[in-house]
Formats: sequence, C-alpha cells, structure tokens
Amino acid sequence: MDALLSVAGLRKSYGPVEVLKGIDFSVKAGEKIALIGPSGSGKSTCLRCMNFLETPTAGEIRLDGERIGMRDGRLMSDRQLAPQRAEMGMVFQLFNLWPHLSVAENVAIAVRKVRGLPAKEARDLALEMLAKVHMAHRANASPLELSGGQQQRVAIARALAQKPKLMLFDEPTSALDPELVREVLTVIEELADEGRTMLLVTHEIAFARDVADRVMFLDGGVIVEEGPASAVINTPREERTRSFLKQIRH
Amino acid sequence: MTGFLQPYVEYGSEWWPLLAEAMLNTALLTIAGFALSVVFGLALLLCQTSSSKALRGFATVYVTTLRGVPLLAILFLLYFGLPGVGITFDALTAAVLGLSLCFAAQVSELFRAGLKAIPKGQREAAMAVGFTPVQSFTFIILPQVVRVILSPMIVTFVSLLKDSSLASLITVNELVLTGRAMATEYFLPLQIYVAVGLCYFMIGWPFSILSRRLAAPAAR
Repeated sequence: MDALLSVAGLRKSYGPVEVLKGIDFSVKAGEKIALIGPSGSGKSTCLRCMNFLETPTAGEIRLDGERIGMRDGRLMSDRQLAPQRAEMGMVFQLFNLWPHLSVAENVAIAVRKVRGLPAKEARDLALEMLAKVHMAHRANASPLELSGGQQQRVAIARALAQKPKLMLFDEPTSALDPELVREVLTVIEELADEGRTMLLVTHEIAFARDVADRVMFLDGGVIVEEGPASAVINTPREERTRSFLKQIRH
Repeated sequence: MTGFLQPYVEYGSEWWPLLAEAMLNTALLTIAGFALSVVFGLALLLCQTSSSKALRGFATVYVTTLRGVPLLAILFLLYFGLPGVGITFDALTAAVLGLSLCFAAQVSELFRAGLKAIPKGQREAAMAVGFTPVQSFTFIILPQVVRVILSPMIVTFVSLLKDSSLASLITVNELVLTGRAMATEYFLPLQIYVAVGLCYFMIGWPFSILSRRLAAPAAR
C-alpha cells in the first residue's frame, strides 16, 4: 500500500542553526506514529513542517501524493496553503482555542467557512465531534470556563471536524496538570482505535508504546532509531535512545 | 448664586436652540473625524505591517511627524495654507480631515498594541484549520483585537471630541465658536462658557462611563 504521508530529505534551519538535518519517513493510512526525543531535538519543528506552520528549508512532503507547500517549484503562499492545511487536523500543546467564540463555534466555524457547510449542519457536526471527545455538554460554554484537559478535548474536536486525512498532535498533554492528562490521552486512544492516521509528538512514553504502531526517536535533528513501538521503547538498539528513555523514566 | 443663575432663566429659551445646533455640529465633526481616523489608522497599520520597506518607512515618518505637530498647526495648514497651492476645503471638511489625520496615528498605535496582545497560537490554529490569512484575520484576530482596544478606543474618541473645539479657530460653527459669538452678543461669558462646558460633558460623559464599564472586566 502506498504511503499516505511521505517525507523525504526534510531540513529546517533557523539562521545558522540547523534544527532538522534530513528527515525521511512515511506513514501509511491508519498508521499511528509517535515522535519522541529530548527537548530541542526538533520533533515539534518536524511536526509543524507537515502543514507548513514552519517552512522547511529543504525536502519534500507529500500527502496522498500531493506535494505540500510547493507548486511549480515555488513556495506556496499562506492563501494557497489553506486547502492543504485543512486536510490535516492539528492539536497544539497550548490548545489555542479561540476565546471569543463558544465551544461549539470553535468547532463549527471552520466547517462553515472552510468546508462551506450550512450553519445548521456545521453545528450538528460540531456537536457530534464534541460528543466524541465527551464535551457535548459544554457546547455553549466559553473556552475560558474550561479546564486545560477540557480545552484540549475541544481542540481535538475542532481538528476532527475538518475530516482530516491526518491528525497531528504536538505534545497535546505537556501543558496539562498531571491529573488532567489521562482524560486527553483516553480521547486520543479512542481516536486511534477508529483507525485514524496520526502523527504524535509526545513525552508520554508509556502512552506512545500502547497507542503507536511505530515510534521514531529524534535527537539532534535526525531520526536516531525507529521501529515498532514496543521494540524501540522496551529494547532500544541505540545508546542515545537508551539513555533518553532511562532519563525519562527516572 | 441667584445672580449667577438668573440669565439662564431669562435667556435659556434663546440659548438652547443655538447651543443645540452647535452640539450637533460638534457631534458631526467628532463622529466623522473619528470614523475617518479609524479608516486612516487601519491603512497606516497595513503600511506598518506591509512587506514593502517604502510603506513601512512612510508609516513611521507619518506617525512620528503627526505626533510632533500640534493639531492646531495642522488645521491652519489645511484651511489657510493649502489654498496657497490651489487646494481649498470648506471649514468643516478641513476640520474633519485635520482631526482624522492627527488621530489616525493614535488609532493605528492602538490597533498595533491590540494585535500584539493576541498570542501567536491564535493565528496558527486558524491557519491549521484551513483559514486563509484574510479569513483568519476577519474571524479570529480582529474580533479579539476589537475587544482589547474598545475601551482605549472610546477614550480616544472622547479626547477627539474635546480637541474638536480647535475647529472653532478655522471658523467651524461648533460649540466653542457658537459660545464665543453668544458671549459677545449677551455679555455673559461666565454663564455661556459654563453652558458650553456642560454641552461637551453631556456628549462625552456617557462614553466615559461606557469605556470604564468595558474596561472593568479586563481589569478583574
């Protein structure tokens, strides 16, 4: 089967600092991949390159065969990128809900304005997505009234409402109080069970092992090790992976 | 005290229509001036955030210059100066233009501060769901900016209201000029200027209250 997402030779520099030094991987439809690695390893940057929130310095990203961010050898503008970005749902570390809109409207607005559904259908879809993340009962609340875990679940519903081909999670639980992490992980697990394609940057190693099909360990801007989740996490081959996992566990 | 109030009883019915008309002119001047400053202010903001160096340079020079020149000098320049090069405005137009050119600089700075107050993640999330830059500005950024700057914006509005009195010096028949004419006619400058002051207060006070009301939730 062809890859849904393929990344080849991905590089990213900030001035003289090269954060990604040539990343290659591919994700099949329905596959869940966890990106782990020490902070500063480039894993978040890598994820943000997928939908061009960061513009790669070099390399090629294809979603369903379509080249992302480049057309006829030229970088696409944000306006041109919009439809491509809509194909990928993204969940941020800091939720980034829009505080001036209600919970339901946070989910529904893009459904109307981007996908062009009528207001009623968009609202119904929003409620359906909110139900998926167990937040339908707060549809009319303001995001400011919600706990971090609840906000993140709404953010997940917002991304789901795009009907994306691929879900991107950028450390979705890193900004949460410890007691709120579980509810968000549970929701992500449920999505994983639905057979969605997911790329997940996380510090939750146990979670990565349980949910992901494959794990990629990034360090210093390169993929140091990758393989089946349990193999990489339980019996890492590389010394760098071993020392990272050891640090994280203690 | 009775002596002070006596003229109001005596001439009130004559003064009120004059002052009411002048208030209307002041209100017109203020509202038109403010509306145009918002338009100019947004245009300036676009220049400031533009990728063109020339436009950014223009905006910087504009803001710095207009902040350094008194409004009265600008009004004189527009009304008395420009006819020298063949550009003539009637007094009201010159006043509206002068006020808005001056206040545009303030308004654009307000917008800029408001934009800065919106976290970067807000726009990123908008991009991520597939909004174009125009959509993300319209649906996500602008509504939040407006909330942030509404209260200081009203303060600016009230200060424009007060500064509109300078238009009297280029013959706009607003409150101060009307007051001056009345003071000459009735020889009662104390009572008349107090009445003029009250008129300004009647227009401005509700907005001051509104501004404080709007600012309160943010301060909590």
